[in-house]
Amino acid sequence: MVEQASSKDLELLTFRVAEQEYSLDIMSVREIRGWTRTTPMPHAPAYMRGVINLRGTVLPVMDLALRLNLPSQETSDRNVIIVVHLNGVLTGLLVDAVSDIVAMTADDLQAPPDMASDPSMAVVRALTVIDDRMIRVLDLSAVVPARADDAA
Amino acid sequence: MSDPMDPMTEIRASFFIECEELLEALQDGLTQLEEGGGDSETINVVFRAVHSIKGGAGAFGLEALVRFAHRYETVLDEVRSNRFSPDHEALKLFFQAADHLSDLVRACRDDQPLPEETSTALLDELDMLLGDTVEEEVAPQEFTPLGVSLELPDLDLPSDLPAIPAWQVRFKPAFELYETGNEPQMLLRNLCELGAAVVTCDTGALPGLVDLKPETPYLAWTIRLEAEVDEAEIRGIFEFVEGLCELEVSSFSPDASDTAPTAAPAAAPSSPVAEVIPLPPAPVATSDTAPSPTSDAATQRAGGLGIASAKSVVRVDLERIERLVNLVGELVINQAMLSQSLESAGLSPHSDAMNGLEEFQRLTRDIQDSVMMIRAQPVKSLFQRMSRIVREASAAVDKEVRLVTEGEATEVDKTVIERLADPLTHMIRNAVDHGLESAELRAAAGKPAEGQVRLTAAHRSGRVVIEVADDGGGINRPKVLEIAVAKGLVPGDVTLSDNEIDNLLFLPGFSTAGKVSNLSGRGVGMDVVKTSIQQLGGRISITSERNRGTTFTISLPLTLAVLDGMVVDVAGETLVLPLNVVVETLSLGRDDVQMLRPGAHVVRVRGGFVPIYDLGAMLGYRATRSDYSGCIVLLISLDDGSRAALVIDGIQDQRQVVIKGLDDSFYRAPGIAAATILGDGQIALILDPADIIAGAGPIRGPDRSLMEKRVEHG
Amino acid sequence: MKITVLAVDDSRTMRDMIRLALTPAGFSVHVAEDGVDGLEVLEGLEPDAIITDINMPRMDGFGFIDAVRSQEDHRATPILVLTTESAPELKMRARSAGATGWIVKPFDPAKLIKALQMVTG
Repeated sequence: MVEQASSKDLELLTFRVAEQEYSLDIMSVREIRGWTRTTPMPHAPAYMRGVINLRGTVLPVMDLALRLNLPSQETSDRNVIIVVHLNGVLTGLLVDAVSDIVAMTADDLQAPPDMASDPSMAVVRALTVIDDRMIRVLDLSAVVPARADDAA
Repeated sequence: MSDPMDPMTEIRASFFIECEELLEALQDGLTQLEEGGGDSETINVVFRAVHSIKGGAGAFGLEALVRFAHRYETVLDEVRSNRFSPDHEALKLFFQAADHLSDLVRACRDDQPLPEETSTALLDELDMLLGDTVEEEVAPQEFTPLGVSLELPDLDLPSDLPAIPAWQVRFKPAFELYETGNEPQMLLRNLCELGAAVVTCDTGALPGLVDLKPETPYLAWTIRLEAEVDEAEIRGIFEFVEGLCELEVSSFSPDASDTAPTAAPAAAPSSPVAEVIPLPPAPVATSDTAPSPTSDAATQRAGGLGIASAKSVVRVDLERIERLVNLVGELVINQAMLSQSLESAGLSPHSDAMNGLEEFQRLTRDIQDSVMMIRAQPVKSLFQRMSRIVREASAAVDKEVRLVTEGEATEVDKTVIERLADPLTHMIRNAVDHGLESAELRAAAGKPAEGQVRLTAAHRSGRVVIEVADDGGGINRPKVLEIAVAKGLVPGDVTLSDNEIDNLLFLPGFSTAGKVSNLSGRGVGMDVVKTSIQQLGGRISITSERNRGTTFTISLPLTLAVLDGMVVDVAGETLVLPLNVVVETLSLGRDDVQMLRPGAHVVRVRGGFVPIYDLGAMLGYRATRSDYSGCIVLLISLDDGSRAALVIDGIQDQRQVVIKGLDDSFYRAPGIAAATILGDGQIALILDPADIIAGAGPIRGPDRSLMEKRVEHG
Repeated sequence: MKITVLAVDDSRTMRDMIRLALTPAGFSVHVAEDGVDGLEVLEGLEPDAIITDINMPRMDGFGFIDAVRSQEDHRATPILVLTTESAPELKMRARSAGATGWIVKPFDPAKLIKALQMVTG
């Protein structure tokens, strides 16, 4: 646990999706689970795999590759579900594999280049480099939609 | 931010909860008064509610709230003392003041800005009610003690005052002083604590033992006090007994002759007596005081408002209840899983272990029932909120409207009550704004000028049924159809039954408001209401009769957490249907099925033809089939009497399932009410059959496009 | 030895505040929610002092004081009345009912403690 008063320090969870590397602020990650069969939700968007039982809670699971418009592969029991929370709502993100947890400071992050042509960059809030590899830091709020029932 | 460990924070939170209870009692009382019922105790309850809110508010420094409550209380006091008798208009004002008080309380609680202007306006109106009878607020007067006489016969005040002021206090308690539990001993002790004191007891008035009347005070004391205090402080000690004694306080010069106060030669020498002679507490004669008829008073007051019976009540943190509900839910799931494991392990269903488990499950269900009901609350608070909505709505559109409620004591899960507030508010506003006609139109139709909105709640066959009914003009079907066509919601050439037209109101994007009134202008449609109800696992239906009125019927599960379900297989997925809609299972033979037109099949069941719905196709699991022979269908019957045959692949089981809400997922699939977790840990979706059927319609072209529109929304 | 106080008030908030003010000062506080309840609690208790509100359901402060004073044991028990105003008539009425003294709401905890100390010694 980082105890310094400095608010710059953050920890990122890095993972692979469709041959690319992404990461998330560890603070938004609740847990990591192996893949379980999802119960499909009728008439849901393609990137919604369905729901799974998370210790008694119904957890919606999103195929992150499809959500990012990347090619999705056959899921197998080697896939991982990252359970994230945003604004009090839990969602599962289906990814290929989880790599590592890396600590860094805000200085290590660079703003993403403006690439309006690449829709998969729209959800990236920053870039960072680890071991000469470019890692995209995901903007969770752009990936997980707001609650539909807020319209009520 | 205040420290959460600070007990004051907790008390403050508790205060606001108490305010809610008081506000509810206030409403109740006012309602009773308005209906002509209630007795003297009713107005007391009303008064005390405002009084208590004021008291607590003062403790937390909520000035504006105190001010408003105080003036309101003053008016209520006039009523309580029979100096003012409120008429219908006055009661209306009282209601408004009560509503405003409620707003102030909430604003204080949530740290929101306070509606000061409304306060002033209302207070002015309240003042006008009473006219001259309201006494101006009297500044608290200092109570002037009796018997002040400065007897300073031999006092020679020196020109320069002594360094430490010296006082002489003469104190003679009257008989009444003892009746109040005051004790000269205490008073003298308090006095002595101020500084160096010399106390002399004057026993001169003491008669001989024979003549001594035990209940008469004879003693007096003189105290010479040297202390850095002023006269007010000395008198402050005797504050409680002013008027119950003779008290003289005078400056004293120690240089002057140290004469003892004029006293008859007494046994005690005039030399300083540092002790106070302990006085036996004078027994107070109360022979002429009638003993308080405590039991009478109690029964009188209890009779008044039908005060809640002495039920023991415990306040519990809602979080704890949630936890308990969840744990019990998990218990049920775990037991189901255990049962399944034991069965797969080859244990006979009649073995001791299985019997034991069955008993175990029965006990757990009992616990579950009890736990579920902990969260149940009467809908009364909700209905009271609605009566305020009616008041505001009718004022906004200038109609006379009366809210009639029934079944306030019906209990519903607490979260359901909270989530019903918005939909009900909208329906009631609609009823007042659109449902009820203007006074002129009502008169022309021979109806009383006052429109009526009925709000009822009842338990019916395992569900909670809530109805919102108005006695207005009913749904203008031609107009509704016209608007629907104009908005492209239905094709122009279609014929719809009355009920189908009524249901058009639930379509997204529908609004009959040609002009936007002050009320409904926000454009929130009935479709949102319907979605809210469905998210609660409920259903809503509508019936209407031209010129008679419109009724919305909401049917909700009794609790959020439990459902008796029929677990079925559809296209490899497990689904659950509420047991209470299932009539029977049928196996379709070739001759039973008839085709109405491509895509619409019916099955012949005694007494008629029932439309067939292919669940697997409707939920997108597989393609529509063309041949239904050999299929299994569940015949279901809905609240409105309509029937349907749902095609399934097989029936697994019939059991109670724990409902898991889906409101945290952002994808609302039509027809899915909730989900549950089966014995094997897998999730099964719980269907809302009425919704599935409504969504599908008689599977006509336009209805299919409706279905697609819904999907986009979800 | 702790001073025992019985506080009677129909407002839960008030009861909590009294307890909060007095307990740290070393008082032992018992509560009741109206006059009837107060009499019941009184039966098992030998309080050194009683604090009571006036406006309460079932039995108000005056009725309660009357009832307490009519009991042998409590003819001289100090009773302080809680009142939201310092109107003289109220004081008079409280006193003629047998109250020893009064405290104005909202009360300053220090004043409450002082008043109690003054009447219990």
